[in-house]
Amino acid sequence: MKTFSFSQGPLTPDTYRAELADAAAGGYAAFEGWVRNHNEGHAVTRLEYEAFEALANKEGERIVAEAVARFGVLQAACVHRVGSLAIGDLAVWVGVSSRHRAEAFAACRYIIDEVKHRVPIWKKEHYVNGDSGWVNCERCAHPHEHATG
Amino acid sequence: MTIPALFGLVLAGGASTRMRTDKAALQYHGRPQLRWAFELAMKVCTASFVSVRPDQRDDATRASFPQIVDRQPGIGPIAGISAALLEHPKAAWLVLACDLPFLTERTLQHLIAQRDLHKVATAYRSAHDGLPEPLCAIWEPAAREPLLAYIATGRQCPRKFLINSNTALLDLPEQQALDNVNTVEEFDSATAALRPQDKVARPGTGKTVRIQYYAILREQAGRSDETLDTSAGTPAELYAELRQRHPFQLGPAQLKVALNSEFSDWQTPLKHGDTVVFIPPVAGG
Repeated sequence: MKTFSFSQGPLTPDTYRAELADAAAGGYAAFEGWVRNHNEGHAVTRLEYEAFEALANKEGERIVAEAVARFGVLQAACVHRVGSLAIGDLAVWVGVSSRHRAEAFAACRYIIDEVKHRVPIWKKEHYVNGDSGWVNCERCAHPHEHATG
Repeated sequence: MTIPALFGLVLAGGASTRMRTDKAALQYHGRPQLRWAFELAMKVCTASFVSVRPDQRDDATRASFPQIVDRQPGIGPIAGISAALLEHPKAAWLVLACDLPFLTERTLQHLIAQRDLHKVATAYRSAHDGLPEPLCAIWEPAAREPLLAYIATGRQCPRKFLINSNTALLDLPEQQALDNVNTVEEFDSATAALRPQDKVARPGTGKTVRIQYYAILREQAGRSDETLDTSAGTPAELYAELRQRHPFQLGPAQLKVALNSEFSDWQTPLKHGDTVVFIPPVAGG
C-alpha cells in the first residue's frame, strides 16, 4: 500500500493492517481517530474533511518515512478520510509493525502528531445549532484541541 | 609606458532571438538590464558607451546612451569591439555583455586590478569550460590591429581570437558572475536566483498564475481556483492583491504558501505559469 493516502469512502483498518504484516514483526500498533460529538463545548453533528491532495500526499509520505527512519520500525502507513463524516466515523488510521512494541507505539504517535500539524487537511465542523466553522481558522485566537485524537 | 585610459563598452547589439524579447530591456534589478550594465561600467571606467547596430541608434532602450555604432554590422559582438577600438584608438576597453545579471562591481574591480598592460587583453576563465570570456574583458589598444586582421580573414569569434592571442587569464572571484541569460527559461531561473528584493518582471508580458483555494479561502473566494494576470513579484504581493478582490480574513502570518505543489516561501519570486496555494491553518486527524 502507499504509505500515505486519502479515502473518499469509509476506512477499512483490517485491510490496511494486513498490508503491514511482516515475518520479522513482533507486534503492531495502530491509532484510529474518530469523529466525536463535541468540540470546545459545541455539540457537533458532522464533519467535512478537505485536503490539498497533491501536496498532502507528499508531506504525508515524508512523515511516514521520517518515522520509519527515526524509530527503526518495519512497516508504517497512514490513511485519511476526505468528504463528509458522521459521528463515530473513522477520520484517520495509522498503523505500524515493528520488532518490539516500544518503537511501534512511538512511531504511531509521531505520525499522527506530525500529520495533524503539517499535512494540508482541513476540517469543517457542523454544529447542532446549524452553524459551521473551519477548525483553527475562524477562532484562531483560541487554539484548541482537535475533534479527534 | 603610459597606462591607456579604460573606457567601458556595453554590448547591446544582439538579436536576442532565443529570448524572443530584447535582452537589453529585460529587468532583473528594477531597471532595464542595459541601464544597469551601463551604470556598472560607469562606476569603474573613465567613460562608457553602448555598442549598437546602425539600425538600433534610435530605439527607445538605446537612444539615451553615448553610442558606438558597428562598422561591420552582422558579424556579432566582434563588430562592436572593433568599432570601439577604431573610434578611440588610444583607449583600452572594458567590454561587457548586457546579459550578465549576476555580474558585480567586485568582479570588475578584480579584473581591473589584475589587468596586464603587456597583453592584448585581460579576461576571466569561464567557470564552465576554462576558456576566455571575451564579453567581460579588458581589450588593450594593442588588440586593434590583430583583431582587424582576424576579422579580415572572415572570422567572427572573439573568444577564439583571445584563445589565439597573448591574453592574460584570471580565475573568477565569484563563480556565478558571468552566467549569462539567453532563453526565457534561463531568465526565469536567473530572476529566481537573484535576491528577492530585486523586482522581477519580463517587460511587456505580465505573468499569469493559477491560484487554487481550499477550505475557508475557497468559501470566501467563492471558487476553488482562478487564473490571474498579475504584476505581483512574490506570493506575499499576490496575497495582498487577492485580499483586494476577496474578503479573506486570514492574514499572511496565519497562512503557508505552496508553489507548484510544494511548500514555498512568501518571498520566492513568482514565475509565469506558477500554481499558487495559500494554506490556511491545517486540522487533520
